[in-house]
Amino acid sequence: MLAEKDHFKEILIKGIWKENPVAYQVLGICSALAVTVKMSTAIVMGIALTIVTAFSSLIISSMRKHIPSNIRIIVELAVIASLVIVTDQILKAFLYDISKQLSIFVGLIITNCIVLGRAESFALANPPADSFVDGVANGIGYSLILVCVAFIRELLGSGKILGFNVIPGFLVDMGYQNMGLMVLAPGAFFIIGLLVWLKNNLPGVSHEEN
Amino acid sequence: MKWLKRIFDKSEKHFSGSGKLAKAHALFDATKTVFFHPLRRTAFIPFLRDCLDLKRYMTFVLISLVPVTIFGIYNTGYRAGLGSGVELDLLDSFLHGSYYVIPIILVSYVVGLFWEILFAGIRKHKISEGFLVTGLLFPLTLPATIPLWQVALGISFGVIIGKEVFGGTGRNILNPALTARAFVYFSYPVSMSGEIWIPNLGAVDGMSGATPLAVAAQGNQSILAALSDMGFALKNLFWGFVPGSIGETSVFCIVLGMFFLLVTRIANFRIIAGGIAGLIFTAIVFYLFGEDPGSWIKAGPLYHLFAGSFLFGITFMATDPVSAPGTNEARWIFGFLIGFFTVTIRVANPAFVEGTMLAILFMNVFAPLLDHMVVKYKVSKRIPNV
Repeated sequence: MLAEKDHFKEILIKGIWKENPVAYQVLGICSALAVTVKMSTAIVMGIALTIVTAFSSLIISSMRKHIPSNIRIIVELAVIASLVIVTDQILKAFLYDISKQLSIFVGLIITNCIVLGRAESFALANPPADSFVDGVANGIGYSLILVCVAFIRELLGSGKILGFNVIPGFLVDMGYQNMGLMVLAPGAFFIIGLLVWLKNNLPGVSHEEN
Repeated sequence: MKWLKRIFDKSEKHFSGSGKLAKAHALFDATKTVFFHPLRRTAFIPFLRDCLDLKRYMTFVLISLVPVTIFGIYNTGYRAGLGSGVELDLLDSFLHGSYYVIPIILVSYVVGLFWEILFAGIRKHKISEGFLVTGLLFPLTLPATIPLWQVALGISFGVIIGKEVFGGTGRNILNPALTARAFVYFSYPVSMSGEIWIPNLGAVDGMSGATPLAVAAQGNQSILAALSDMGFALKNLFWGFVPGSIGETSVFCIVLGMFFLLVTRIANFRIIAGGIAGLIFTAIVFYLFGEDPGSWIKAGPLYHLFAGSFLFGITFMATDPVSAPGTNEARWIFGFLIGFFTVTIRVANPAFVEGTMLAILFMNVFAPLLDHMVVKYKVSKRIPNV
């Protein structure tokens, strides 16, 4: 039982930190650029992707012995697409405003490399429970970077955190200006690049040590 | 000089090997080479090394920047005086200009050097002399009214993202000073465009002013008439008594610096000549085929050459030895395309009144490709098996 727990823990750490999908595998960059102007959209996007990745990994993994390998991509896409549509409908029903801001990007989760990447590289070769944990881990890893980037972009770009103004008035009077670059897509590029730099230089995670 | 040498020799042991201040060796080395020529020799035949190392090279660029800097300070003060309705004499203009410009230059140098020294210390490379130029070029491209903290942020970005992430001087693909300017330009558009070019001297209502490039004619007036109405006749543009970024206004001073750089062969004449040719060609094409008489399309090549920052950019930015191409043919193309894009952005893109910065950065990215193509072409011209 203990070994089992350690096993899951290892998968979690690997997905969330060591082999973080954005910072290490550099997957899912397009949506990371697009939805990180504000934190609220980033959080919802992160949750949506975590759910889709986790369940698609679970389902595909439990079917892995019955999927013929030459049509596996079609099967995987069918599973992921159904999950994405369900997620999209739920968002539209309960979080309509945010769903409108995320616009096409929820639908485009299907093309997000992380989902298909985990299905291909992990779920097809591992039992369902492991795959589910792996999907959750990668989803959380993605959300982690997304929220970090969105936090920095929203704070510097529009002076807000989760929509609340946090820049004190006296700073604005002294001539503080919001950084317009952070609202543009290149701002996200710079932030993600710097985060990857930071992550690779933190002690104990440099992949050169492995 | 003997006593100076003795001081350096005495203190060297603290900075090298296991000395107390070994971490600051880069700083020591940088100070020493200001006074003394480094004694490095090549390890193989012919054992000779040109005295003109990177530090002397960059010092020459600094010398060529002296006229534009001095005129920039003067013009800032003079404009500020006009803005508050006072006609200042030479000395007063200069003093008032210093009040605005010197802090910008100081902040740029201090903050930039901080990052240089930090990276030099961690990565154990020498403090690059290229920074002496970057640290002065960047303030010269800014309006005198810019807040100092934006200068600090900009130069930090230029040094770190523009240069150090690529591995330091010699490996950067973009000109660091222009990277810094582009950062400030896109981050804080309020401080970088519009009618912000004239600081006022604490007067109640200071005059604001647009740069020549922001002028557009009203009604049926032609652009040339509109320009001379605003006081931007060709003569004023040549001497530089117009609003604009600190260093860009005076064509005369820029040409002085350009002449110096060309005579000492620091700048490559192909880039500058190619750039001017490209600009004139494109301006003529737009002049002949353009429709709108009131916009810069109809301004003609001379106005395009004298207004804005094109000459400044092509002289001091585009000729940066690191980010410009290294083959002669590629240099011609590089320069020509900078001129072409500058005019194209000026007249065809309503969002940017000035295109020099974007044109040079854009072509910096293509410099290695141009080199590659030239080399490929030359190799293909060889007779095989000879």
